[in-house]
Amino acid sequence: MLAGPALGALINGLWPSRLRGRVLHGVLACAATGLAFLVALLQHIQLGASGQESIRQSYFTWIASGPLRIDFALRLDPLSSVMCLTVSGVAFLIHVYSLGYMARDKAYVRFFCFLNMFTAAMLLLVTAANLPVMFIGWEGVGLCSYLLIGFWHARDSASRAGFKAFVVNRVGDFGFIVAMLWCYKAFGTLDLHEMAARVGHASAADIRWITLLFLLAATGKSAQIPLFVWLPDAMEGPTPVSALIHAATMVTAGVYLVVRLNALYHHPASAAGVVAWIGALTALLAATIAIGQNDMKRVLAYSTVSQLGYMFLAAGVGAYTAAIFHLVTHAFFKACLFLGAGSVMHACHDEQDILRMGALRNKMRVTHWTFLASTMSIAGIVPLAGFFSKDEILAGAFGANKLLWTLGLAGAFLTAFYMLRLLYLTFYGNTRIAPEVYQRAHESPPSMRVPLRVLGTLAIVGGLIGLPGSWHMLRRYLEPVLPVETGGEPPSALLEVGLMALSLAVVLCGIWVASALFLRRVDGQRCLERRLGEVYVALRRKWWVDEFYMAFVVGPLSTLARACSDWFDPKVIDGTVNGLAAAVGGLARGQVRSQTGRIRDYAIVILTGAFILALCLVLGRV
Amino acid sequence: MPADLHVSTETYILVSALLFVIGMAGFCLRRNVLVMLMCVELMFASSGLVFVAAGRDRADANGQVYTLLLIALAAAEVAVGLALVVAVFRNRRSVDVDLLSDLKG
Repeated sequence: MLAGPALGALINGLWPSRLRGRVLHGVLACAATGLAFLVALLQHIQLGASGQESIRQSYFTWIASGPLRIDFALRLDPLSSVMCLTVSGVAFLIHVYSLGYMARDKAYVRFFCFLNMFTAAMLLLVTAANLPVMFIGWEGVGLCSYLLIGFWHARDSASRAGFKAFVVNRVGDFGFIVAMLWCYKAFGTLDLHEMAARVGHASAADIRWITLLFLLAATGKSAQIPLFVWLPDAMEGPTPVSALIHAATMVTAGVYLVVRLNALYHHPASAAGVVAWIGALTALLAATIAIGQNDMKRVLAYSTVSQLGYMFLAAGVGAYTAAIFHLVTHAFFKACLFLGAGSVMHACHDEQDILRMGALRNKMRVTHWTFLASTMSIAGIVPLAGFFSKDEILAGAFGANKLLWTLGLAGAFLTAFYMLRLLYLTFYGNTRIAPEVYQRAHESPPSMRVPLRVLGTLAIVGGLIGLPGSWHMLRRYLEPVLPVETGGEPPSALLEVGLMALSLAVVLCGIWVASALFLRRVDGQRCLERRLGEVYVALRRKWWVDEFYMAFVVGPLSTLARACSDWFDPKVIDGTVNGLAAAVGGLARGQVRSQTGRIRDYAIVILTGAFILALCLVLGRV
Repeated sequence: MPADLHVSTETYILVSALLFVIGMAGFCLRRNVLVMLMCVELMFASSGLVFVAAGRDRADANGQVYTLLLIALAAAEVAVGLALVVAVFRNRRSVDVDLLSDLKG
């Protein structure tokens, strides 16, 4: 049943690469992903028609060791269905986009191979029925992320970025593994469904630690505090990679994990509060950093971190549906933004600095309107998709903790500000591009335009699945899987509308400031820098987080590693082994001296021995 | 003869021991192969003397019988030894035993 998407993509992923017929490979990859989407759609319908809550399919027994029995099983339920559709749908669009974007790249085939592999792994992750299978998908996406970030491995910065992503992710994986083992100890099973049923078996301490450890894993995958440092560097990879992996799919794996384990996080002793706080703080922190970035993709990267923070905030306060809703809408508008950025970069000859762009509005109509729509969506303008999802999160936060809500609101202001800044500096105003480049700047080919159109439209109308009140299709759909949410919507409708109005007002303020600075004046950037002064330097330098990690974590560890490899290993270990050998050798050489080859010496030895023997005999007698 | 013995058995043993030790010392300390062989003969002789003395002490004729056997043995050993010496001499033109240290090391 579910083997379709996973295997289809897998087979294509392992196809041997050939130089000729490149386009065929690309088309094949797109077809595989498209097939995956169709299968996901069919399964969605099938699930609805079957009237069951979920369908589980076991393929083979993977591990059978004593009482432990893990089989390779996949489960389809409303949550995984939503994820499947989102993942395969967006992945398909990005595959199509890549046909155009990567057309001139030499490693075209390898790209599609990895992209497909990634899609397969991600689909495995979201349809897994138990933790170990999910972990396979988890590791798989991590691996593909590494491969794709460092795709242009000849570039030093790219391969280092890939390495950084993988290592930081590994810290999270450590959390996952320990949590998984703990789960087995606490619940006696690793099947997700079973675990949910047996929540009562575990002690409060168990729940607290398990949820904390899974949170660690999620922060690694979804780039939250403290493991977000790999995401901005990951922008070294090709733009479709950034769109797919680091906006729409892989980074949402952490959110999916928390939502999937909602039975655990629902428990009073869980670390759900920590989740919410980390989410809120990350959202705010990343938003501040985004203001100080001039690289198009970096702004979007920090934006992703920030929006993921919102999703974690929602999950932490128990508003799981809101988290998934935002996940889906974010996939739409963020992917659209990244693809749009790629389009702009292609037109401007791989320029990424927005301070060197401008006035592209008329040159690239489609890119412009889709970028505009997505920007408005992420800022949260009614009635676009982002408005509904973000508002639902804020409403949930308000019900849980006013301070969290304030942080979220502040983040919304900043989001509007930096996104509009990005928009204006790129598309409006006077151009700061070199004339020859500007002359030749043109709109992208259809393979890139069509996905942009589709995603842009979805960014606009995607909110329909989550209209507040009784029209909330998504909540109704996900109800069987997610419990009644605590700290959900505030009771009265009036309060709800009030909150919506307030957040809308805040967002409009942000847009107004951005317009004042960047739309109407030419020296907006300089003005901003002057106004913020030293704060701006901190923002530009990302609050020196990377430097902090280098000094306090990476530095000591690599010093330790070097001490081990350069001193301990040669001197102590090799010393011991070689020393032993030398000692034996010395002993042997000492012994050799007794072999003189002279008969007289041997005779003396023999006679001495005989004499001693005789002595012993005589003395023994006495 | 079971008459009063002027020379006690202990004296014989002592002389024999002396002879043996002299033979042993000579074997270990002389460099000439032929002298070493002579020392071996000396050691043989000393043990023969012990046998005879013990036989006289116990009035048993077996002591002398063993001595005869010993002489035969010594003769055989000398034959072989001298043959070896001759072979070595033919190769090395010397009877210095210290030069035969090919097994060194």
